[in-house]
Amino acid sequence: MIELKHINKSFNGRHVTQDFSCVFDRGKTNLIIGESGSGKTVLLKCIVGLTQVDSGEVLYDGQDFLRLNPRDKQNLRKQIGMLFQGGALFDSKTVEENITFPLAMFTDMSHEEQKDRAQFCLERVNLAQAGDLYPSELSGGMKKRVAIARAIAPNPRYLFCDEPNSGLDPKTSILIDKLIKDITEEFQMTTIVITHDMNSVMEIGEKVVFICKNQKWWEGSNQTILDTDNKELEDFIYVSKFLKELKNKKMKA
Amino acid sequence: MFNRTFFHIGRYFTMLGRVFSKPEKWGVYRKEFFHEIDSLGITSLPIIAIISLFMGAVITIQAAFGFTSPWVPLYAVGFTTRDSVILEFSPTIISLILAGKVGSNIASEIGTMRISEQIDALEIMGVNSRAFLILPKIAACVLINPFLILISMFLGIAGGWLLGTLAGVVTTYQFVYGIQYEFNSFNITYALIKTVVFAFIIASVSAYHGYYTEGGALEVGRSSTKAVVYCSILILVFNFLLTQLLLS
Ligand SMILES: Nc1ncnc2c1ncn2[C@@H]1O[C@H](COP(=O)(O)OP(=O)(O)OP(=O)(O)O)[C@@H](O)[C@H]1O
Ligand SMILES: [Mg+2]
Repeated sequence: MIELKHINKSFNGRHVTQDFSCVFDRGKTNLIIGESGSGKTVLLKCIVGLTQVDSGEVLYDGQDFLRLNPRDKQNLRKQIGMLFQGGALFDSKTVEENITFPLAMFTDMSHEEQKDRAQFCLERVNLAQAGDLYPSELSGGMKKRVAIARAIAPNPRYLFCDEPNSGLDPKTSILIDKLIKDITEEFQMTTIVITHDMNSVMEIGEKVVFICKNQKWWEGSNQTILDTDNKELEDFIYVSKFLKELKNKKMKA
Repeated sequence: MFNRTFFHIGRYFTMLGRVFSKPEKWGVYRKEFFHEIDSLGITSLPIIAIISLFMGAVITIQAAFGFTSPWVPLYAVGFTTRDSVILEFSPTIISLILAGKVGSNIASEIGTMRISEQIDALEIMGVNSRAFLILPKIAACVLINPFLILISMFLGIAGGWLLGTLAGVVTTYQFVYGIQYEFNSFNITYALIKTVVFAFIIASVSAYHGYYTEGGALEVGRSSTKAVVYCSILILVFNFLLTQLLLS
């Protein structure tokens, strides 16, 4: 479980996150949605401590993360898997080496076991053949999937994904969403996923937090999101004319 | 201005403090270390060989050209070449060239990792990114540079002999006699001490500039330029200090 308390963050006096408090439960896929530039990535980086918050607390299962000393922070981070918006693969390493890297660094797995684990993770993201390629030889979507494989390889307790399915086709998108949901349940991870994609929201949004105007604007789940009467959220969901008409029809019925 | 300078010095030493902490896993670091030996050391060999051969030759010919007085014996050409190469050319000039090649390489590699969030990815995994990225580079440079410099000394003197005799400015007998004349082996120790200090400067200062890159691709270019400039200045300053300390 991850608990955020009154997180504030501004860049040069410009507020990006204001008084953000929220609880993300274990074993559930927690989604953060919001427009581009609304501060989702910044919030996630505050949660993992890559960006310094101005004020506020981040509790990982009760541990005050931001006030841990560097060593304890490093130890807690070994239980974190994170997918960066840009992938952040190591250019100088092959796909397989990228995935085995955290295993080689922190586990006692043998070389063979690491390779098996990497292959297993690659298969789960539909990239069984890509092990020997370098990141520069991959397409944007493939990079993203390798980055997901790397994030889940050590079986983290906390999984953070920044737009796991941007740049993927709808079919692969759903595959990735399912994967995230499955491993979250199977290994009882605390998972936070940032997305713009309404398909993902409907598919795996057991908890959905909508960020708007630098604040937590709405909180609910995929069960309740379509019936919202929150104006800004409605605007976010029902963007196309087609969807708006659909909603009006549904209201009338 | 002074504030900025102290800020950088403070951050540099804080960085070094984190760099020299216990590796998470020796095996992984060892692999990186051998990789760096190859990419920072072995690949520098060709350029060092070419420069040393030609500089040695030029030093010899200039020395021969300068010693036209009948009172100066011709073997003076040999020991002038020897001393110039061993005392100054190989340790300092080659280190400056390595500052250009290796320094920009390190700064741009680490800088690119910074802006593409690879360093953040390391940190998130719980890796001490400063130690993991910088320690193998410093270790590789400090270990391999003395060998590069020894090779450079050998080739510099060999180049002097080869082209000096080919150009007819000195005979092999005179040259070799000159090389052995009043040879002081401490000069080599002195040169290697300098080399090790310079190697440390090259690796750590350029890693510092790469590690604290902020922004985009443009800034990576700037960091790598800054790395070369600061490494070169520091090498010259420390060259002066060490020479004062060791030779006077
Ligand atoms: N390092 C930084 N310095 C200054 N401003 C920043 C920095 N990082 C982010 N911002 C600002 O914070 C705001 C939120 O950025 P963020 O990356 O969190 O958006 P996002 O919600 O993730 O958008 P997207 O969906 O496009 O990824 C933006 O207006 C951006 O300009
Ligand atoms: Mg983002």
